[in-house]
Amino acid sequence: MFDVITFYLFGGLAVVSAILVVTARNAVHSAIFLVTALLATAGIFLQLHAEFLFIVQVILYVGGIMVLFVFVIMLVNLDVAARQTQFNRMWPFALLLALIVSGQIYAVVHYAQKGISDPLFQVAAAPASALEPNSELIGQALFTQYMLPFEIASIMLLVAMIGAVVMAKRKV
Amino acid sequence: MVQGLYEFFKPHLLPLLYAVVIVAVLPLLAGYVVLLERKVMADMQARLGPMRVGPHGLLQPIADALKLLIKEDIIPESSDKWIFWMAPLLSVTAGMLAMAALPFGPVFQIAELNVGLLFILGISSMGIFGIVLGGWASNSHYSLLGAMRSSAQLVSYETAAGMAVVSAVILGGTLSTRGLVEIQAQKHIWFFFLAPIGFFLYLVASIAETNRAPFDMPEAESELVAGYMTEYSGFRWALYFLAEYTNMIVVASLATILFFGGWLRPFPNSSWANLFDYVPMLLMLLVGGYSLYRAPKQPVAIQKMVMVAVAGLCFVLALALALPQFASAGSLLASMKPGLHGAFWFLLKVGIYLYTFLWLRFTLPRYRFDQLMKLGWHFLIPVSIVNVFGVGIAVYLSRSTDEGGMGWSVAASVALTSVITLLAAAWLAKKGEHEPAPPATPESV
Amino acid sequence: MTDFLNSGFRKTDLNSDANIEQNVETTVLGADEIIINMGPQHPSTHGVLRVKLKLDGEKVVDSECIIGYLHRGVEKIAEHRTYQQFAPYVDRMDYVAAVSNGLGYCEAIEKLLGVEAPPRARVIRTILTELQRIASHLVWLGTHALDIGALTPIFYCFREREEILKIFEKYCGARLTTHAFRIGGLQYEAYDELEKDTERFCNDFEHKVDEYETLLTSNRIWLGRTKGIGVISGEQAIAIGATGPVIRASGIQWDIRKAAPYAAYDQYKFDIPTGKNGDTYDRYMVRMEEMRQSTRICLQAIQNIPTGPIMARVGKVLKPPPGEVYHAIEAPKGELGYYVVSDGTTQPYRVRIRPPSFVNLQAFDTMVKGHLVADVVAIIGTLDIVLGEVDR
Repeated sequence: MFDVITFYLFGGLAVVSAILVVTARNAVHSAIFLVTALLATAGIFLQLHAEFLFIVQVILYVGGIMVLFVFVIMLVNLDVAARQTQFNRMWPFALLLALIVSGQIYAVVHYAQKGISDPLFQVAAAPASALEPNSELIGQALFTQYMLPFEIASIMLLVAMIGAVVMAKRKV
Repeated sequence: MVQGLYEFFKPHLLPLLYAVVIVAVLPLLAGYVVLLERKVMADMQARLGPMRVGPHGLLQPIADALKLLIKEDIIPESSDKWIFWMAPLLSVTAGMLAMAALPFGPVFQIAELNVGLLFILGISSMGIFGIVLGGWASNSHYSLLGAMRSSAQLVSYETAAGMAVVSAVILGGTLSTRGLVEIQAQKHIWFFFLAPIGFFLYLVASIAETNRAPFDMPEAESELVAGYMTEYSGFRWALYFLAEYTNMIVVASLATILFFGGWLRPFPNSSWANLFDYVPMLLMLLVGGYSLYRAPKQPVAIQKMVMVAVAGLCFVLALALALPQFASAGSLLASMKPGLHGAFWFLLKVGIYLYTFLWLRFTLPRYRFDQLMKLGWHFLIPVSIVNVFGVGIAVYLSRSTDEGGMGWSVAASVALTSVITLLAAAWLAKKGEHEPAPPATPESV
Repeated sequence: MTDFLNSGFRKTDLNSDANIEQNVETTVLGADEIIINMGPQHPSTHGVLRVKLKLDGEKVVDSECIIGYLHRGVEKIAEHRTYQQFAPYVDRMDYVAAVSNGLGYCEAIEKLLGVEAPPRARVIRTILTELQRIASHLVWLGTHALDIGALTPIFYCFREREEILKIFEKYCGARLTTHAFRIGGLQYEAYDELEKDTERFCNDFEHKVDEYETLLTSNRIWLGRTKGIGVISGEQAIAIGATGPVIRASGIQWDIRKAAPYAAYDQYKFDIPTGKNGDTYDRYMVRMEEMRQSTRICLQAIQNIPTGPIMARVGKVLKPPPGEVYHAIEAPKGELGYYVVSDGTTQPYRVRIRPPSFVNLQAFDTMVKGHLVADVVAIIGTLDIVLGEVDR
């Protein structure tokens, strides 16, 4: 019962925030609504007992990436952005695409619940309590089974950082 | 139905009570930390500090809070009102939320999260939003600059703080804040003795995290701007101030939990150090006795009364701390001992940490912003990484051979790795010194 | 150079100054350059000084000091006062070191009159002037450290300064604008305890200077904020005409107390501290050492104060013969010069005051180029300017 309430709460918050991200006029308002959407997603993670994902979502997405977004938005001249047209001419096409994708998601969820054995519709239910303690398991998996992807990811990040520093450094 | 509702809420009642206590007490506590700061500042500057409002200035925080509440609320005309309203709230919320995962005693904890440490770090990084949005909402170029600098500083030192925290987590093996203290109780030693360099790294990083001197360039008064707080007046400013002092209390509590055993006395659980159990009451008796001694020397009658009252309070606290100590084991009084003594030790350690913050603020000049960033990126982060290596190697070295370690003694492995880390730090410091100051380009006049 | 500067800047409009103002002019400035204004009201400009900085990011590319906010027309007033009536006005120029201002003026008029103050007056003048030098340097140290972020030294400095001001108050009744000296000597006899007070202060003070040094001199942060900041070479300093600790820190050994001794300075042994690099740190060390040398002079002076009259024989109405004189003294901030033209009447024809801060401030542009904005405050502090003197 509690789970259902929190799911709808966080889920609703995420959906509403996401819509506001797109429709807000002011870019900084958009960024703040994106923060809310990400926090709501983190809440959903927490509700599924994936506490490591929850906290990493907060630290990395909200505390890192969104701060970066907000910085960049603030340094851009907002007056020009505010005077531009809100919605593109192609919005009916985008709406059609959104409806198709949501239809697909609905179909997958609906038929998975119905138990159809077609692998196309197989979605395993998230075992909510089977992953404790979450951080330890993730840590162990990262450093044993998934060591190579972990190292590759860190090298990618290093390359990105070096690239950013090189681009930002001025020619003296 | 009522019974069902009660059963539903029962496990949440005690945390709710703790939360209410924290939210109610924290602003008062932060206000008195401000008073403490002013008194300590005055002491170091050969003067007295607030003395008028209330005896010895004890009612000063209340007067300040009242003044700030009734001040006119000025909002810059072209600012974004919604964000202007929200930014201080974000900072305060982040600070208070971090308190949720902190155990202030053996029982006093709102939420026992098994990623409590990460939670606190994550919520602290959310506090950056309050600063950035506050600077932007002020619609002043200079507030924005100050906010950007402040948040850049926070982001840079977060990494170093996190790495320093990691060194304690390696020793503890758990991310849960209560678990870390319990491991320290099991090992009979505070993590400070096992990872001293980690503690000093965390000390420096936490000073930068809370924007305190010598890292307070973004909010210094003698700079071009007063930082992101310029346009805030009245109670909104008080909220930012509250957020800053709440952050100070949070980092102090975190350092206490990680490195100083939280609510544990020195050498916890070792029976040979049971003498330390008498320290709380003796300390209180000492302070009470000193207040009583100074009471007749006060010039004014009301100050005499206040000193006597303070002495009385100290004696009552000493009694409260002594009773569980001397009560027979197993009785109700004795069961209160961990709670009371724990609270005392925790507050004592947090107080000493805060006093160090204040001490450093009034002794050291300010770092220039580029020097600050250089210190963070070129010195603290590499040293903290080396420190993580060092602590890991120390743990490996000191593990007994049947667990896969080398079987060295704890002291030897800690000493060796600390020396290596210190050498690395010295090398980095020397390398940093030779970098020239920003070159002046004097043109001939 | 100047028209390059002026073509991009707006005409200075004193009435429309806000504390913060921003210009992004794309015609003359580069893409990233902005002009910001450190307004007349600012906690760190030590008076009403307006500094326009052209910034490239954080670096200062160019600067312009706009003065005149404290101009009171002192030199014009001098033309309408008698020589004695004008004496209190000079105190108000460098209000931090009023006694030296008075010394310079009185000695200039004495030169014009052709009289010499009696030996006792000269020695007492020396003692008080050296005490004033210490007091002025203490104000400088406290405020400079405060600007750089050290919150405590200012209180210690003002605590010591309190003792000096008490001595002044006991001597002439005023702490700040003392009007201690008169043309021809002194009006007030030295009070009984003067030697004892000065001796006690000087003995105490030696330890206090060491205390300030432990707090700042080898502090890593202080070194980082002052070493290599605001460098000016000896040649540049001479070309600008800078004097005082500014030029001594650049390696030039020039002190008027040694070069052209006045009052009783030729009787005492003291050193002239000089620096090497001409940066903020050297100016700091030079001034600290000067404080020590001043205590040395005071201690020597009080050993042997000659007895005798304190006032030379000058009439009540002063009518110096027509002529002109330029007399300079080593004020705490540099060479303080008085150029007095007399036309034979009781009022001077012209009094031109050469304030040290005015000339030293011209070094600001050279010093600040290439540094960051945060260093601007340190450089203004290290020049030790007093706007009362700059603007008169």
